[in-house]
Amino acid sequence: METFTNNIQAIPLNHYILLCSIIFAIGVIGVLIRRNAIVIFMSVELMLNSVNLLLTAFSVYRGDATGQVFVFFIMALAAAEVAVGLAIIVMIYRNTNSIDINVLNRLKW
Amino acid sequence: MSTFYFIAFLSIFFSILVITAKNPVHSILYLVLTFFTFTIHYILMNAQFLAVVNFIVYMGAILVLFLYTLMLINLNKESEPRKSSLVKFAAVIGGGCFLVTIVAALKAFKVSQPVILNDPNLGLVKNLGKILFNEYLLPFEVSSILLLSAMVGAVLLATKDPKTT
Repeated sequence: METFTNNIQAIPLNHYILLCSIIFAIGVIGVLIRRNAIVIFMSVELMLNSVNLLLTAFSVYRGDATGQVFVFFIMALAAAEVAVGLAIIVMIYRNTNSIDINVLNRLKW
Repeated sequence: MSTFYFIAFLSIFFSILVITAKNPVHSILYLVLTFFTFTIHYILMNAQFLAVVNFIVYMGAILVLFLYTLMLINLNKESEPRKSSLVKFAAVIGGGCFLVTIVAALKAFKVSQPVILNDPNLGLVKNLGKILFNEYLLPFEVSSILLLSAMVGAVLLATKDPKTT
């Protein structure tokens, strides 16, 4: 197992940062181009996960386990956020019969 | 070495499919695949605890929650109105500008040392549990209160108000 991971991990840190930035940018674009509220939520999850992966990469790079503990906390936070957010989406659907976010344009002002 | 690049390609590919799929159910299934590739990334970095937690919490709990919500909300009619192509173009330009900014900042750094695992039991459950319950005991308890309040809030929001109906 040890030789396996040591063989695998000769990847420069820049490539991890690049991968996570690309996935974060995909999440940002997904929030901007979709109108379905659930898909927007999934894009937010994508952004959270890319940050998690980058925190883990930095944690392994520095040899410090604190980053992985923070990833654990972020996962707990994401679970809470998803529960409340999906409850809000269900309530919006019950009131407006739609999850199109353009119906909610009165929230703009 | 090349395993990482293959898995990285797969995660980017599936995450693009997540935001471009027409049907929201397909979108959720692609998100499951994306999270699975993230789990493989964690295993490659020997963060075994995070790999298992990612597998159970994200793929098991959160995405099932998404699927159930999507089933509660009846979307059979495929009625998602498309945004105008001008808005899509502007969104892609905006996201691309964000990406270019980060990459340019990365070029200025010139750090390119490889990620090498010095301590092989860094991400194991024993090591992380010792740190979590020694130094981060108070945040751990506070996060349990956060989860409890989120659960109460979700139940309170999603139940029907008897006065309005």
